[in-house]
Amino acid sequence: MSTTTSTPAARKPASPRFRERVNNLPKAVKILLWVLFAIFLFLLPLLNIPFITTEGSDFGGVLFTVATYVLVALGLNIVVGYAGLLDLGYVGFYAIGAYTIGVLTSEHAHMAWVVVVPIAIVIAMISGIILGAPTLRVRGDYLAIVTLGFGEIVRLTLVNSEWLGGAQGISDIPKPPSFELFEVPSIDWSSGAPVVDLDTTSTFLKFGINDFVPYYWLALGVISLVLLFDILVKSSRVGRAWEATREDEDAAELMGVPTFRFKLLAFALGAAIGGLSGALFATKAGFISPDSFQLLLSILFLAAVVVGGAGNRWGVIVGAIVVSYFPERFREFADFRVLVFGLALMLLAIFRPQGLLPPRRTVRAKRADERQAVLEEGDAHV
Amino acid sequence: MLLEVNGLCVNYGRIEAIRDISFTVDEGEIVTLIGANGAGKTTTMKTVSGLRPVRAGSVVFDGKDITHLPSHERPVLGISQSPEGRGCFVGMTVMENLEMGTYARPDRKSKAVKDDLDRVFELFPRLKERSNQAAGSMSGGEQQMLAMGRALMAKPKLLLLDEPSMGLAPKLIKQIFDIVTEINSQGTTVLLVEQNAAQALKRSHRAYILETGEIVREGTGKDLADDPAVKAAYLGGDV
Repeated sequence: MSTTTSTPAARKPASPRFRERVNNLPKAVKILLWVLFAIFLFLLPLLNIPFITTEGSDFGGVLFTVATYVLVALGLNIVVGYAGLLDLGYVGFYAIGAYTIGVLTSEHAHMAWVVVVPIAIVIAMISGIILGAPTLRVRGDYLAIVTLGFGEIVRLTLVNSEWLGGAQGISDIPKPPSFELFEVPSIDWSSGAPVVDLDTTSTFLKFGINDFVPYYWLALGVISLVLLFDILVKSSRVGRAWEATREDEDAAELMGVPTFRFKLLAFALGAAIGGLSGALFATKAGFISPDSFQLLLSILFLAAVVVGGAGNRWGVIVGAIVVSYFPERFREFADFRVLVFGLALMLLAIFRPQGLLPPRRTVRAKRADERQAVLEEGDAHV
Repeated sequence: MLLEVNGLCVNYGRIEAIRDISFTVDEGEIVTLIGANGAGKTTTMKTVSGLRPVRAGSVVFDGKDITHLPSHERPVLGISQSPEGRGCFVGMTVMENLEMGTYARPDRKSKAVKDDLDRVFELFPRLKERSNQAAGSMSGGEQQMLAMGRALMAKPKLLLLDEPSMGLAPKLIKQIFDIVTEINSQGTTVLLVEQNAAQALKRSHRAYILETGEIVREGTGKDLADDPAVKAAYLGGDV
């Protein structure tokens, strides 16, 4: 019995202490660190840091993919992590965002990109409400099944609808408008030491077809906005209401929380962010087809959230990076990487079931459950 | 009449959980529903707080028909429940749980909330000591206190307590009932559901006895406690 109670403490991550130490820094230092970190992220695709940089595929493109996963994970985290709703069809919203871009800028109209992106967000949000309104009344496993169905319905609709391009998909999606402001040089490591290479540059922000770095920058900007929004919403009454609903829906109702409305809100916001990431994906790819929105993608998105630690925004970001970056980094292992990836996920499930960076509350609630289980076991022996 | 329940019928699917139940709670009273497991006590409670839909009958609170009012709108009117099995938000701290109690209050940012918090801490000094601790890490008795304190933070006119003594040690049970009496004497009407009939009858002004979904007896707490049949069935007294 004593071993059971002591294990959670032993496994306690170092993050709370890290958090304390960071919180104790003077504000100026904190801001400076954030600025340095932002600059680092901005320059990352051009630093060409050995080992981190992917050899086989264009690093700017890889980083863009990672960024869309991060965005998706932040959106899905609102649904799964904050509101506690298991959504297995999140790729549906991603597809809806992407296809809105495809249809309105290429297939049936030629509207401006800046106009279409907000439309994509709104359409994804509305589809989230349409899916959520009837289904959020069921709980737990049933919701997972219904959402799973939704993801497939979206994909099959895309395959079978000629109007949406059918199995061929939609091509010639135009690039967003470019503002060529300045050029950023890259770093060349070929001589062994870092040398600034003024010949290989990326233009801020020139959306071309060869250089994917500007798309990464765009995604980075969108992520910062979504993060800001996420922080504001989570720390408001809305965040607290989600938390109460997730922990005990009946008790939340008794406190006056309209739980259904808040679950629907989580669904709508999650869908909107999913749609936004889909829109970015379509913009960069220039071509979309139903094949880009397989069920596997939903599973990967969910894996990002669960691996990182559902409910902790920094955790799910790490999860998204793990899920999207490592398969690209180890591309040379070909199909073996899927095997290794699966093994890694299993190990994680065994040793860190709450994710890499679980939120404080999940750790607490989990400990309470374990304590309860131990107590009940103890009763049974008496 | 603060609460008036008329001919209430509630089903779980095709099973009738309660049949044609009528009772009243007057302002300032402690009223208890006692009965064995499965008699329909908790169902009655959940119907009053709106968690269960009503098949027939009506619930009138403070002169307003609330039979079909959604549960989350009832705290605003002044009904607050401490649910069966405590139902604390285990991942939140004690303080955050208490703050959740004020969720529906329009005056939640005013000083009145601070006063109510002081009052709750006075009733449950234990909660003050543990205010930054996670609710899930506390003992059963402490969680019960938290659930009651949280319900009080809503500043209810009618406090619904569903089995506050469940699973607690005898000494703690007495303490909890003392606090119920104290809450009532401070002006909050209490509707109590209990299996611990001895304590409950001693404390309540009036009581109803539920058997398999129907009310079979009613009377003052004292009358019922002295009734030989009630004694035999619920108090384990001399048969």
